[in-house]
Amino acid sequence: MRPLAAQLRVELTLVLTNGETLLLTLGIPVVFLVFFSTVHVLPTGTPHPVDFLVPGVLALAVMSTAMTALAIGTGFERGYGVLKRLGATPLGRPRLLAAKIAAVLGVELLQAAVLAGAGLALGWHPGGPGGTGALAGEALAAVVLGTVAFGGIGLVLAGTLQPLVNLAVANALFVLLLLLGGMLVPLDKLPAGLADLARLLPAAALADALHGTLGHGAPVAVRDWVVLAVWAVAAPVAAGLTFRWE
Amino acid sequence: MDAATRPTDDRGRAVPGDSPAVVCEGAVVRYGSTVAVDGLSFTAERGELVALLGPNGAGKTSTVEALEGFRSPESGTLRVLGLDPRHDRAALVRRTGVMLQQGGVYPTLGPGQVLHLFARYYDHPEDPEDLLDLVGLTRVRRTPWRRLSGGEQQRLSLALALVGRPEVLFLDEPTAGVDPEGRLAVRALVAAQRDRGRCVLLTTHELTEAERLADRVLIIDRGRLVAEGTPAELTRRVADGAVRFTTDPGIDSAALAGELGAGTSVVEDAPGSYRLIPPEGAAVPDAVAALTGWLAARGHALGDLRTGRTLEEAYLALTGDRDAVGSGTATGTTGTPVGRRARRTRGRR
Repeated sequence: MRPLAAQLRVELTLVLTNGETLLLTLGIPVVFLVFFSTVHVLPTGTPHPVDFLVPGVLALAVMSTAMTALAIGTGFERGYGVLKRLGATPLGRPRLLAAKIAAVLGVELLQAAVLAGAGLALGWHPGGPGGTGALAGEALAAVVLGTVAFGGIGLVLAGTLQPLVNLAVANALFVLLLLLGGMLVPLDKLPAGLADLARLLPAAALADALHGTLGHGAPVAVRDWVVLAVWAVAAPVAAGLTFRWE
Repeated sequence: MDAATRPTDDRGRAVPGDSPAVVCEGAVVRYGSTVAVDGLSFTAERGELVALLGPNGAGKTSTVEALEGFRSPESGTLRVLGLDPRHDRAALVRRTGVMLQQGGVYPTLGPGQVLHLFARYYDHPEDPEDLLDLVGLTRVRRTPWRRLSGGEQQRLSLALALVGRPEVLFLDEPTAGVDPEGRLAVRALVAAQRDRGRCVLLTTHELTEAERLADRVLIIDRGRLVAEGTPAELTRRVADGAVRFTTDPGIDSAALAGELGAGTSVVEDAPGSYRLIPPEGAAVPDAVAALTGWLAARGHALGDLRTGRTLEEAYLALTGDRDAVGSGTATGTTGTPVGRRARRTRGRR
């Protein structure tokens, strides 16, 4: 366990001491939540935008950590030869990957705590008005699937692109999926064709699952489970097949 | 090899046996249509420091990276501590230390943090604090890697290679980008590893480095072994018995040759730079005495005076002929003969 614990500590240190990463994983989600909950400019379709925004921003937070931050961090490590150098130590790839996954889950816990705290302060009712948050288990399962799916996408980028190209693509994908993910703007406000396409993406599936379970007390739709599960299998497999360590 | 029957020490490591620490036999490494290593064979023993010397693109790094398990040779046999670098990689990474040619360290972490992290990967590591002290990085232990000087970065890489108490060390250009003072420090550290009975295989395009450090030098060119021996053996091989000296340009070479006796010739290779070839069987000290006497009598200054050959001359003589022969048929990553010459000149200091 010593190598894994030491690696996890360093992975967490790297994420939590990197300004850009913190901006991406905590700064942007918190600002979006506070701003759009206070300034009602988004067509959230509810009298309490915060009930729509907390689940949406949680999905956004999962995507920022598991996909964008993981892709950027791993891409630079690859570019700097860190991954290659680690390959010449007894750490081994499985433990390196385990440490990275654990670090992502750790950061997500922190994000969830901060966003839930901010949401409650802004008047969020977990599970919707009068709800109890009883669907938390389903929400958690959706987050895990989403994490695996986004992590796989992030590693596909990090393992194939030059570090600076990877940086640009990971950020661009973040913005694109943010807009097409139903996180801040409900999907039914998008043009019909675009909305149909968006529903096949993991961002929208995770956001929809969290809107249902944490927003208005509805269980996760079968379609969302299927979309999340397919991405959670396909993306890591693609990463495994395409990842170049040098 | 059966681990149960292999003699091991109290840490479960194989004790030095008869087999060489590193065996490279007919190795061929190819990138697409480019042959980087072309049938290279050599061995390195425990307690021996072997330098792979050659111009950039000679195949040094490809050779070392194949031995480290990073690349598969297309053909040939590689053994490190009797194990296959790729197949037995999990076992070998515990017993070998690696210094990559560049990078390999988290750019935002300081030497202390990185060294402590790497120490955790091994069962019986060196004390990271002792190592930091040994490589002189205690003062900058918290400075992010990317703000360290080239010499400090290389010393950290070396410390990372040493932290697992390796039996074999692979050092790829360990003094590249290091200032002269730092070079001396790195070389002393590397030599100390050999003195501890470890096998050290290093690559360099610096002749001085190979000459000062190595027990044995392998001169590599275009992926092939051109010459092999101790630095003294290599320089002897190209020794021509000439006396080289510098003095005023345009001295009367013929008169000087006459003074030294029949069969002597004196050639001015470049203005002020001369080569005196004594007759077959003549004693070189006598020739030097006569030379200095002749110069003194005519009031000429004496600059350099050298009777042997340097490794640099040996290197150029041993690799130079191939350039003439191989002109226009360059294979490997070495480019045109002209480009090779230019790179080689840069590599000499």
